[in-house]
Parts: sequence; C-alpha cells; structure tokens
Amino acid sequence: MHLAAWPVFLPLIAGFIVLLVKAKGLLWQRVINLLAVSGLVILSVALIKASSSGAHQVYLLGNWVAPFGIVLVLDQLSALMVTITSVLALAALGYAIATDTDKNGAHFHVMFLILLFGLNGAFLTGDLFNLFVFFEVLLLASYGLLLHGGGRLRTKAGLHYVIINMVGATLFLFAVGALYGILGTLNIADMAAKVAVLPEQDLALVAAAGLLLLVVFGIKAALFPLYLWMPIAYSNTSAPVAALFAIMTKVGLYAIIRVHGTIFGDDAGSLAHYYMPWLLGLGLLTLMLAAFGVMASTKLREQVAYLVLASVAILLIAVGLNSLLALSASLYYIIHSTLIAGGLFLLADIISRGRGSFEDRFESSYAMPRAILIGSLFMFGVVAVTGLPPLSGFFGKLLILKASLDHQWFGLVLGVVLVASFLMIITMARTGSQLFYDVLPVSETDDKSNNNEISGESPNRVSIIAVIILFAMSPLLVLFAQPITAFTESAAKQQLDSKRYIESVLSKQAVEAEKE
Amino acid sequence: MEWLLALVIGVLTSTGVYLTLRARTFPVVLGLTMLAYGVNVFLFSMGRLTIGHPAVIDPAVGTYSDPLPQAFVLTAIVIAFGMTAFLIVLALKARCELDNDHVDGLDLAKDELPLEKSHMTNEQKQQATLIQQESKE
Repeated sequence: MHLAAWPVFLPLIAGFIVLLVKAKGLLWQRVINLLAVSGLVILSVALIKASSSGAHQVYLLGNWVAPFGIVLVLDQLSALMVTITSVLALAALGYAIATDTDKNGAHFHVMFLILLFGLNGAFLTGDLFNLFVFFEVLLLASYGLLLHGGGRLRTKAGLHYVIINMVGATLFLFAVGALYGILGTLNIADMAAKVAVLPEQDLALVAAAGLLLLVVFGIKAALFPLYLWMPIAYSNTSAPVAALFAIMTKVGLYAIIRVHGTIFGDDAGSLAHYYMPWLLGLGLLTLMLAAFGVMASTKLREQVAYLVLASVAILLIAVGLNSLLALSASLYYIIHSTLIAGGLFLLADIISRGRGSFEDRFESSYAMPRAILIGSLFMFGVVAVTGLPPLSGFFGKLLILKASLDHQWFGLVLGVVLVASFLMIITMARTGSQLFYDVLPVSETDDKSNNNEISGESPNRVSIIAVIILFAMSPLLVLFAQPITAFTESAAKQQLDSKRYIESVLSKQAVEAEKE
Repeated sequence: MEWLLALVIGVLTSTGVYLTLRARTFPVVLGLTMLAYGVNVFLFSMGRLTIGHPAVIDPAVGTYSDPLPQAFVLTAIVIAFGMTAFLIVLALKARCELDNDHVDGLDLAKDELPLEKSHMTNEQKQQATLIQQESKE
C-alpha cells in the first residue's frame, strides 16, 4: 500500500482489533493501542522524510483517477500535521493509561483510535466530501471521548458540543452542495482549477458558499463568535481527552489553509484570497476575548482552555496575514502551541489531583505533594505558552509579528497580539502564585479527615513523564529552529503553490493492472 | 416544479432553524432533523432536476441524471441518522442527570418539578423507602 494511506488505515485497523479483544481485558487493549500509536509516530517520521522532496504524493483510492475518485494527497503540510497528532496522541495515551482514565468507561481505546483515524484522514484527503466524512468520523469519536467517564457537567458540556457540531455538519453540506452545483466537482484540485475559469455570474454564489465553508471551519477552529462551546467542553472532559483535543481546533485551521488556500489561491481571479480580511479581523477579536477569558477564569482547566483559544486565534491571525513568511511562521507556531497546550491540560489535571478536594479552583489549599517539581513544570509550561523567551512560544510569536510588518494592518496586529500576551502573562503569574504560594497552614490539631476533605494524591511517575515529553518539544523547537523553520517554509511554499498541487493531483495516472 | 422544491427546502430549513433555537432538548433534536431533511433535498437538487433519465450511463439513452448527488445524499442520510440517534440518547442522559430538559440544564419552568420529585409527593416517598426497608429485612 502507498505510504499516504497507512496513517489513515493503521488506526482504523487497530481500532477494530481493540474492539475484538475487548473480552480479553484492558491490558490487551492498552498494548495494542500503544503499539498502534507508536507505529504512527514512526510512520510520521517516514512521512516527513518522504514529503521533504517537495513533490506531492498522490494515492488514488480504488485506482480511480482524480477527479472521479477520492485521492489521498501527502505533502509537507499534511505530513507535519500527522506528526504533531501522533506525538500528542502518544503522550495523551500514556497519561490515560498511567492515571487509569480508560477504566472509567468502556471503549476508551476504540474511540481514541477512531479519532486518530478521522484526524489523519482529514489531514490527508484531497476531496471535499471525503473531508466532510472524516470530520464526522472524528466528531463522533470525540463525542464519545468527551463524555467518557460521565458526570453532570460533562453531560451538559457534551450536549452543547454535539448540537453545535451537528449544526456545523448541516452547514458543511449546504456549502458542499452549493459548490458542487456550480463547479460540478468536489475534488479540491479540480475545484481550484474550475474556480480559476469561473464565469462572471457564478462568482457571487461561489463566494457565498466559500464563506459558509469558512463558518463551518470556524466552528471547528473556535473562531469568534463561534468559540463559546470550546472552553466549556475542554475544561469539563478528562485530561488526556482535553490534551488530544488540542489538535481538534487545529483541524479547522488546517482545513482553512488547505481548502480555502487552494481553491481561492492566487489563480482564483477576483476571488483570490477574498476571505482573508474576515480571518484576520475575527482572529484579532478572538485573541482579545481569549485574553479576557484567561483573566476571568475561576478554574485552572478553564484557563488552559482559553489559552488554547488564544493560540488558535494567533494562528488565525497569522494565516490571515496572507504571506509566505506568515504561513511559515504559523506552521512553526502550530507545532509549539498544540504540544504545549496538550502538556498544560495534563499538568492541570496533575495539579487538580494534587490539591484533593480543592481541585483546580483558584482558592487557598493545602500544599500539594511534590509541589516543587510540579511548580517548576507549571512555570516552564506557562513561559512557553505565553511566549516569553527563551522558549519556542517567543520565537513563534516573533516570527508571526515580523511577518505582520508587511501587512497594512500591522499596527493593529502588533497592538492586539502584544496587549493580549501581556494580559495573559500577568494572569498566569497570578495563577502560579495562587496555586503554589497561597498555601493553608497545616496545624497538628486540624485533622483533615474530620473536615470531610480528601487530601491530594501524589503524582504518578508516568504521568509526569508524559508532561515532560510534551514540554521538552519547546526547547527542542528552539534548538533545532533552523531545520524546522526551513521545513515549515518549504511546506508553506508548497501549499501556496496551488498550481503544482492541481497539476500533480489531476495528472496522476491510474496503476495499470499486471498483465499475466 | 422548481418553485415547489425551493419552497420545501426553505420551509424545512426555516423550521429547523427555529426549532434548533428552542430552549428544550426535544425541539432541538427535531430541529436538527428538519435541517438534515432540508439539506438532503438541497443536495439532491444540486445535480439539476431531470425527469425520467437513468443514473447509470446508457448509450441507448442520450442523457443521464447526475448520480453523485444521490450518493452524497445517501451518505448524508446515514450520518445524520446516526448522529440523531446519538443525540437522542444524550438528551435522555442529560434529562436524567440534570433533572430537566433545558439545553443549559438550568431554569426549571414554574410548574415543573425536578425529576425525582415530580412523580410522588413527600409522603409517598417516605412510604416507598419504608417498603424498601421492609423488603430488605
């Protein structure tokens, strides 16, 4: 089988196997899931290597030639996204196993693998309707994961999440239908070729359908005003699931880069990049509101969810800047923000467990066990996520801000990004001192068990390692900044060159049957 | 007949939007179903409306109707069906856990009692617990 097909089918097949060995107990499911996710990590290294030549690798499913069949397209951008997903999934899975999150209900591992199947499929497909199907696959798995373990708050958050995503699915179908009605194709490359030669009277309709599609991806990417579901959902689910969901908002962003960037690229005539002002303006608004959300949060996990929102907003701004430099910077920032956000969700859960019945609320509590280690990790994560030097968040933001200087809105972009980052730095400093310094004195006479309070549990070693693995990516991103930025720049170049994408997808020949 | 089809899509969609914006889970489920119906008819019409043409290309008949939208609709129906089933179960779960069927799990209506109290008065409840205790003994 072609290399591009493996990341899609490996989790699917592993998911089936996990379902079949359910009777054998949890250990088997864990082992198979771990093997599959480790396989994905190895596979993604191979994908990066295969894609770095700069050529698009096209796989025709069922040997149907594009645009008649569905194609999987591997390029540097999709290889990068698959890699981030598998690293994040490995850490989240390790944490889930270490803390026994998967014991809280059935089928955790199946849904985990099917979510990976949906994610990788969405990253690799070259067909708009197939993208819709993969979105539904990953959403259905994410519903199950979000609700996994149960609980009142989780059910409530899950209900909102499911309903808004079902509305999103309907809008997606309307947009797809309208585009098909005019262009007569849903292969992304073919659509781009058709938009380039679109007659005058159809322009408005295609533009409207394109913006409708932007709304759909905006729901996924938590773009203002469609982000309200996101902090609630992320802060109420279990930690490994929230960590894995750090990639879910980036799927929306990826879809905008891939679908809009290709179809409404340089060659689209009067429709070229017409959605960019929307992306930039709404991104700036989202970032400001995310910073306020960070300040207003009353729980650590809610705060981390708003930090994720802020990172997505910065990415939307970077994509909205619409230049090669900005896109390359945003790809660098995607790697950083996804992995650090995942790590922070896991760390928030460790802190919450360590504080016993105080959980992650911002109030004085008894000192948590191993506070120095956890506090140092927290400080490290916060420095990375808020973009202070010397970690990768700083360099990511610096690259984006540097790219913004060429844009006509540069004053606004600089102002909003810097003010929002400043607010977040202050708030996170307050959070850190609240959690780690504002400690209740433990007196001998005050017996905790009488007060009906659960004392905090000491963190599990494996769960700490999972956090450290994710956080370690930040200094690595700084140390290897040169090769990584070289890679993101060539990925951005490849993505912006939609002519070559169209050509390589549409010119792919079917494999001849072997003659006997 | 185009106006009739357009009217049907419009009515289904607007009903769906209205019901989706309601505050209780059941109307929301119905609204999402209506939206799914609306979008299915819309997708179907996007292959252009033709009458009496085969979907499979037949050299004997010159024209054919576009088979792709039909495949899209089939996929969309299956997905919407599965999602709706899931949503109904989730709505039921929310009804049980949050004690009412408001989408935010809040705000009981004035004449509405929480779930466990709605069926029996306090005396009946005490009786029920007594009977339970007796049966245990």
